[in-house]
Amino acid sequence: MLTKRIIACLDVRDGQVVKGVQFQQLRHAGDPGELAKRYNVEGIDEVVILDITATLESRQALARTIDAVAREIFLPLTVGGGIRSEDDAAAAVDAGADKVSLNTAALKDPELISKLAVRYGSQAVIVAIDAKRAEGRYGVYVRSGTSDAARDAVEWAREAETRGAGEILLTSMDRDGTRAGFDCEMTAAVADAVDIPVIASGGAGTFDHFTEVFTRGCADAALAASIFHYAESSVADLKRHLRAHGIPVRL
Amino acid sequence: MIALIDYGAGNLTSVRKALTALGADFVVPRLPADIDSARGVIVPGVGHFAATAALEGAWLEAIARNVADGTALLGICLGLQWLFEGSDEAPNVRGLGVLPGRIVRLRGNAERRLKIPHVGWNALDFRALATTRSSPEGRGSRLLSGLDDGAQVYFTHSYAAPVTDACVAATTHSETFASVVERDNIFGVQFHPEKSSDAGLSILRNFLRVSAC
Repeated sequence: MLTKRIIACLDVRDGQVVKGVQFQQLRHAGDPGELAKRYNVEGIDEVVILDITATLESRQALARTIDAVAREIFLPLTVGGGIRSEDDAAAAVDAGADKVSLNTAALKDPELISKLAVRYGSQAVIVAIDAKRAEGRYGVYVRSGTSDAARDAVEWAREAETRGAGEILLTSMDRDGTRAGFDCEMTAAVADAVDIPVIASGGAGTFDHFTEVFTRGCADAALAASIFHYAESSVADLKRHLRAHGIPVRL
Repeated sequence: MIALIDYGAGNLTSVRKALTALGADFVVPRLPADIDSARGVIVPGVGHFAATAALEGAWLEAIARNVADGTALLGICLGLQWLFEGSDEAPNVRGLGVLPGRIVRLRGNAERRLKIPHVGWNALDFRALATTRSSPEGRGSRLLSGLDDGAQVYFTHSYAAPVTDACVAATTHSETFASVVERDNIFGVQFHPEKSSDAGLSILRNFLRVSAC
């Protein structure tokens, strides 16, 4: 039976892992290679590296970070943040990424999803959607959450799937870094609308939050950062908790 | 020495990194004839079966010739599928055909939320063959040596091979398919050992041992 995946997210700036609250107030959380190694030992299923600055200078630093992580751990590795073109995606793949995550660029140029799906296969293309609740809907935001894209998350997820995305990474901006729990309603709304896997993100604070998002939220995978970075809780403990609550996981 | 075949289907970076971490002696041959000096051949690959069309002709012949001479062959993901006769994904492209059978699309099951592609970690269910089949050494599967029945590995695919006599481990999603095949010096894995953490590295290490590399 396919297990539910636990994914660790490394938000990287200038080669270091940082983490904020609701996309603000960044603080340092460690070296990406070291963190990835620890997560691998603890049984993490995947790692996502998000370049949160994505300037030209940071692009080379990012390639070094991807390479450093890919040398240490033999797990699926996704890279996102600032991937705006086929060339950006190729650079990430060449450095060792198995999948790329598109956000702003996919909304601006949806054709990019199809181009990358043809070049690398749909399994290599994740469309990341940052969304927040507004008047009973889920509004999509871009540019690290600073700009309203005037799109509905459910409808955009459907389009992304049609264009060739292999997975949806859905982040609740309302919950990001708050540890108040995943937005299960929003996750379920998107998971019901598409046939591709949905990764829930934003708000993980307790083990029960994961149980909820895998049951009520219908998520295929859950992504978290803060809860793991500061070694407050180990991935292994989380997985044992999930298994005890009937969620299939790799242990 | 291992020959890692680059035919443009997906990229080789992750397989290279895993082989490097294991201390393997490997090359990416430029010409089909370069395979002749290899003791093992790895055909990786991610993506569409049509990509294997690049192997038709000289590459296919060189691989077939060396495998017939006893060189060990490991197909990964699309590489496993290529060991069979062909695939419904690209009916006009022929596979290596060293194993009988055809690759078919997984069906999925919307009601049970079993999605296609089959992406994620799933279990290897060892078939009786894995422990009892007669291999040259009279042991079980050489590729699965040291692994536990039920080991979890990372998959990402929409097409799969049928469970035949060559299947030493099967995996169940909406249906049961061959996740590990093995016959004499021919080996194939539908999952990505280079992305399956310790279990995957053990399988690659076993292949290096079989290839005496």
